[in-house]
Amino acid sequence: MTLAAATNESLANLSNTLIYSAMAVYTLAFFAYIAEWLFGSRSKVGRTAAALTSAKKASGAPAVTVKKAGGTAVLERPKVVVRAATGTRDVPDGPGAHGGDEQGDLYGRIAVSLTVLAFVIAFGGVLTRALSVQRAPWGNMYEFNITFSTVAVGVYLTLLALKTNVRWLGLFLTTSVLLDLGLAVTVLYTASDQLVPALHSYWLYIHVSTAIICGAVFYVGAVSTLLYLFKDSYENKLANGGTPGRFANSVLDRLPASASLDKFSYRVNAAVFPLWTFTIIAGAIWAGDAWGRYWGWDPKETWSFITWVAYACYLHARATAGWKGRKAAYLALIAFGCWLFNYYGVNIFVSGKHSYADVGLGALQSVGF
Amino acid sequence: MSKSTVGENPTAAPEDQDLGAAGSQLSTAPKEELPNLPAMGFVGWVRWFWRQLTSMRVALLLLLLLALGAIPGSLIPQTGSDETKVADFRDRHEILAPIYDKLGLFHVYSSVWFSAIYILLFVSLIGCIVPRTWQFVGQLRGRPPGAPKRLTRLPAYTTWRTETEPEQIREAALALLKKNRFRALPHSLEDAGGAPIAGDAVAAEKGYLREVGNLLFHIALIVMLIAFAWGQLFKSEGNKLLVEGNGFSNTLISYDDFKSGNLFSTDDLTPFSFGLNDFTGTYEASGPNKGTPRTYQASLTYSEGAYGKDRKAIVKVNEPLEIGDSKVYLTAHGYAPVITVRDGKGKVVYSDAVPLLPLDSNVTSSGVVKVYDGYKNAKGVTEQLGVKAFFLPTYTAGNEISSSFPALINPVLNLEPYHGDLGVDSGIPQSVYQLDKTHMKGFKDSKGKQMRENLRPGETVKLPNGAGSITYEGTKEWANFQITQQPASGWALAGSLAAIFGLAASLFIQRRRVWVRAVKGADGVTVVEMAGLGRSESAKVPEELGDLAGILYEQAPGAPDPDDDSDDDLDPTTAIDSAVPAEGAEK
Ligand code: HEM
Repeated sequence: MTLAAATNESLANLSNTLIYSAMAVYTLAFFAYIAEWLFGSRSKVGRTAAALTSAKKASGAPAVTVKKAGGTAVLERPKVVVRAATGTRDVPDGPGAHGGDEQGDLYGRIAVSLTVLAFVIAFGGVLTRALSVQRAPWGNMYEFNITFSTVAVGVYLTLLALKTNVRWLGLFLTTSVLLDLGLAVTVLYTASDQLVPALHSYWLYIHVSTAIICGAVFYVGAVSTLLYLFKDSYENKLANGGTPGRFANSVLDRLPASASLDKFSYRVNAAVFPLWTFTIIAGAIWAGDAWGRYWGWDPKETWSFITWVAYACYLHARATAGWKGRKAAYLALIAFGCWLFNYYGVNIFVSGKHSYADVGLGALQSVGF
Repeated sequence: MSKSTVGENPTAAPEDQDLGAAGSQLSTAPKEELPNLPAMGFVGWVRWFWRQLTSMRVALLLLLLLALGAIPGSLIPQTGSDETKVADFRDRHEILAPIYDKLGLFHVYSSVWFSAIYILLFVSLIGCIVPRTWQFVGQLRGRPPGAPKRLTRLPAYTTWRTETEPEQIREAALALLKKNRFRALPHSLEDAGGAPIAGDAVAAEKGYLREVGNLLFHIALIVMLIAFAWGQLFKSEGNKLLVEGNGFSNTLISYDDFKSGNLFSTDDLTPFSFGLNDFTGTYEASGPNKGTPRTYQASLTYSEGAYGKDRKAIVKVNEPLEIGDSKVYLTAHGYAPVITVRDGKGKVVYSDAVPLLPLDSNVTSSGVVKVYDGYKNAKGVTEQLGVKAFFLPTYTAGNEISSSFPALINPVLNLEPYHGDLGVDSGIPQSVYQLDKTHMKGFKDSKGKQMRENLRPGETVKLPNGAGSITYEGTKEWANFQITQQPASGWALAGSLAAIFGLAASLFIQRRRVWVRAVKGADGVTVVEMAGLGRSESAKVPEELGDLAGILYEQAPGAPDPDDDSDDDLDPTTAIDSAVPAEGAEK
């Protein structure tokens, strides 16, 4: 018993060390991403501007890009020509943060490698924390935060591994991961602890793990939506003959085209929406077992519902004339805001049955005990 | 709003304008029309209103309203979840409270305006689903639309020249598309617009499940809403506190408190009864989380119906006991010291377990022992007794005011006895856990102070001047049970599962069309053209088209280009070059 307690304690300490180390490596990655952007700013590509102005000159000419090159080397295939829908801008994607600069690219690669390293360390931190308490690592906000940021980075690295064009997310991601972990180790830190009986349910594992995954993916969607809004204004300005500021020119030009960002954020949000739906239903089933009703408009439940409706609005807006594009993007940001509020706002400002997710105690009252 | 954004949002999809029938009906979404003012007349207005209500725009606005409307209920205390908080809020906000009352803000989710939003939304939903379903059935029974004249205009396009005969190619294409689970038809069967079109192409469509999924999802929403409403109207929920050894039978009068939906009738209560044999709580014994609860469980004996067999069951916090439609949840626990009160003559006037309310996580508890009748004081006058009880399951020296551990390790019961009139006849309902001292006098100790005595199990305290005695016999535990009945929850679950599957199908399946045209050119060489169209611009459509073209190309290998003497191994740039003149030539 005491021996077990001691191992648990040393595991918990190991976990803390790992989380701090991960933060250090994320900081290095953060600087490497900054270096990538800085070196990238040396090369003035101006691809967006070029594309938009040339498109203007040759107005009416159809813009075509080749999507699929020939098949295998053995048997050549007919090429498929892809044509953008009429009425949409056809702008090439930016080259990424390094802007085609070799040194920038090198720093970018270093940054990704550091991110991988930090991810592995943070993963170890989460794992040892879980082992130290012998349960899933999301019994309080500290654990939720460290798991959440690790999953968010995992999503990013998975997308990278799938060869999706997402390296430009790196700087934004490491920034918020550092904020998230900083908050976790300072304000939200809770000593390793086991769960009160109300949290002993396998629905907890299902419900919370999917909630974390949804949050991480929604986060990626929100960042790209935000960048879409900036890039779209930038393209608009260029298309209307305006001259954007130097910063905008340098930074936004290197991002993917607004259409690509928009499509990417839609895909990301649409892909997790069914999972979010499932998360809420799993929560309802758990509530049915724990509290005697599957839905009771508890603040946490209410905000999950609001978040769900907000994302449904976003998906609907994309199918509604007059709401596509920027308006839908604002809805997506609002929806993510709801998710964030549900996590931080409700835990901190609103009291309800879910208050055991909080930093403090309150666990006992929460289920009547 | 900038110019180009407007350009992105034409009222009809750009493909529709370009491609006519070929691009239409890739979904059953209602056509957007601007809110034109209707022709005069009642019917005109009704039709106008209905069309507005079932438009995507209004559905979107109602959804937004629903989200907005749900917010106040999460920030303002709600009678449905916490009455005492509402009362507290009323005390503190004398001006706001009446306004909130008028607006129904203390019960947002059953307020008129919130109901109006979701009822409108669901009327809109039904008004949307029914025509969409018919339209979709029509699409299923019809055929994929014929190939547009200029396939080059489609989002994905490919072409090559071959020596193979056009009929052969069309047949091969038909077989290939069918093998790939497309619904494919030779174009010659198509007579869009009445006039038969030359049989030069094959038309195919795939991904109908997307529409099925979308309709299923929206229908499932309706099922969920009805199940939820049904559950709310017919639900019941009550609480019963049981001390170990006591029992409960499921009738209205047995409950400590009881709430039910508007249409609930007491006949709906499932007949069963149960008794609490034993409650066990275990706690972390050491370490930083000493005292944190680990398990709570209540062992019950229950029987169904009036003459059911006795059965044993264990109820834990997340594991309710299910009896028919009802579920029995364990929601709280505490201690109930067994107390015996004797009068001056030694006659037992009270002997029972007294449930005490926990005050903190270490189960420091308090309550009152009330002796209503049977007690006579030393002078033989009938009086009532009230004894304030304060209980520490684990007493440690030096800490008199709170327990230091939640389990029964070193229990101490502190008693503070009073005599007089408990005031139960005044008609005002009293809490069993509080003592109204207006008509009570305290027993005084030898120093003339209010008497207070600490007892350990088995100990007795004598009341002064032969007024009797109080004995702390031992300690039982009590558990609180919540018994709920919520019909139609199975339907809610089924609806939500259907919603997830429908949603996944709706979001992950692409509905797309492929056309293959093969015609013999003037030089006797066949020109094959393939084009693909998806509902949204997706990389998948050209990829799939490329794969299909690759297979078809094997069966109809390329012939050298007349105006290109190298070979037909086009590199990307020539692909663009060859596409551009094709476009330009049409202008
Ligand atoms: C109860 C509230 C509603 C919710 C939560 C909801 C939710 C959704 C969601 C999440 C989608 C996305 C699926 C997709 O993009 O394929 C969707 C699609 C759609 N919804 Fe709704 N919806 C609701 C009400 C309505 C109503 C009232 C209408 C009719 C006016 C409607 C018509 C549609 C249509 C036509 C689509 C498909 C759009 C497309 O083909 O992309 N929905 N809905």
